Order: sequence, then structure tokens, then C-alpha cells
Amino acid sequence: MALTIAKTLDVKGLACPMPIVKAAQAIKTLAPGELIEVLATDAGSVKDFAAWSKTTGNALLESTQDAGVFRFVLKKKG
Amino acid sequence: MTLVADRPETMAPPAAESETKPQPAAEAEPETGGLVIFALSGDLERTWATLILANAAAAMGKPVTVFYTFWGLFTLVRNDAGRTGNVWMQKMLSVMNPGGTSNLKLSKMNFMGMGPWMMHSLAKKYSVSSPQELLESARDLGVKLIPCQMTMDMMGLKREDLIDGLEEPAGAATALAAAEGAMTLFI
Repeated sequence: MALTIAKTLDVKGLACPMPIVKAAQAIKTLAPGELIEVLATDAGSVKDFAAWSKTTGNALLESTQDAGVFRFVLKKKG
Repeated sequence: MTLVADRPETMAPPAAESETKPQPAAEAEPETGGLVIFALSGDLERTWATLILANAAAAMGKPVTVFYTFWGLFTLVRNDAGRTGNVWMQKMLSVMNPGGTSNLKLSKMNFMGMGPWMMHSLAKKYSVSSPQELLESARDLGVKLIPCQMTMDMMGLKREDLIDGLEEPAGAATALAAAEGAMTLFI
């Protein structure tokens, strides 16, 4: 099943806490149920996005890594 | 239970008669499930930690309040405020301890400003946001920044010496009222 990404957020190079700060701002522009893809290089963001998802209720559908870039797919709550 | 039709505060929300908890002021609603930080320190590393946590919590959808008191208050002084204070001791203090995010010192390894300069260089190299950037981001995310009125009076800091976008200066009760039911940190 191919996921339709509504928005891609590139936070490569940014350190804690900016990946989740930018993601929080970006997800506000989406409609409930839409997906956002986040690309990051901060190794701490793997655990941070899992925690952020748990706290905010925006589901973390995918968390993968490719050549030093972490990719997260999150679904806006609602 | 008696009816209280003659009570003047009929606009107040209905509360149980046994309710003994003090009612916080309207402008300081308890940040239930939120984060309240008491920012006492003006050290660079602690200021950084305060702002990173404030930004992260706001990004996690939590209501965040930071109460800036004593040395912490100097973080909110404008970088271009120049000499502040009314009496000579306050003026001397502003020379010895100029406020603003560009004048923060490390609690150790400060080395006359060499330490902070190196920290800022490292932060830039590793894309860590500066305290100034984090302060602006916190305001954008709706973090409430409350300057301590008592510290302002004692240190001779006027509202116009402080940056824009702050809450009204307030006291300990306001901060404590906001802290009811919230996660609290004293930094």
C-alpha cells in the first residue's frame, strides 16, 4: 500500500529540539489524517519522534534510516 | 446547602462548597499537563537547557510557562539595552552583569568569555540553535515568558529594558498558580 505524503519536511542538519519543533509547526498546516514525511540527520530524533508521537497522538507510521538520513512518516491525529 | 443568590461573584464558575483550593488569578490558569520552569540561573548552559525544554514541550503540545527570576531575568534584557538601573549599585551591576542572550556566561570554563565564544562556535558548527533563536522560537510557539516583578524592581530593570512579547511582570503566586498540576522544573 503506497502512502500518500501530503508534505515533506527537511530538517537535515538541525539539532535537538528543532526537528520536533519544526514538525509541530508543519503538522499544524495539515488536515487530520494527512501524512507528513520528516527527513532528519539528528540521531536523537529516532527516540524523540517516537516520544513526540506518543505524547501528541500523531501516529508514527514509519521510522527508517538510509545513508545517515532518518525518515519518519507521521499521521496527523483526528 | 443554601442558595447564594445574593453573592456578588455570580459570574464565577460553580465550585463545590468544600472547595478550599485557592483560586488562581484569571491570567494565570493552572497549566494542567503542562510545563512550568522557574528560571533562576543566568548561566549560558542552564539558559540553553531551559529554552530547549520549553521549545520541546511546546512542540509536544504542552502549555509552557517560564518564570524568569533573579539572574535568570537578565536573559530577557534586550541585547541593546545598554546600561540599566536607577541607583548606582544597579548601574554598576548592569556593567558587571550586562543582560541579554549575547552576554550569557558559562558557570565553569568561562575564561573571560572565551568559553561561551567556543560554545557558540561549536553550536553553529553542529547546527544547535542559539539561546536567542530558541527564545524567539519559544515566543512563536506560544510559550509564556513571565518576568519577575520583584527582581525587576530590585535590579532596576524597567519593562522597556526587556524584550518584546513577554507576559505582564508578576510575582511568585502567579508562577505557583500556573504550576498547579503541571510538571515543574527549577533551573
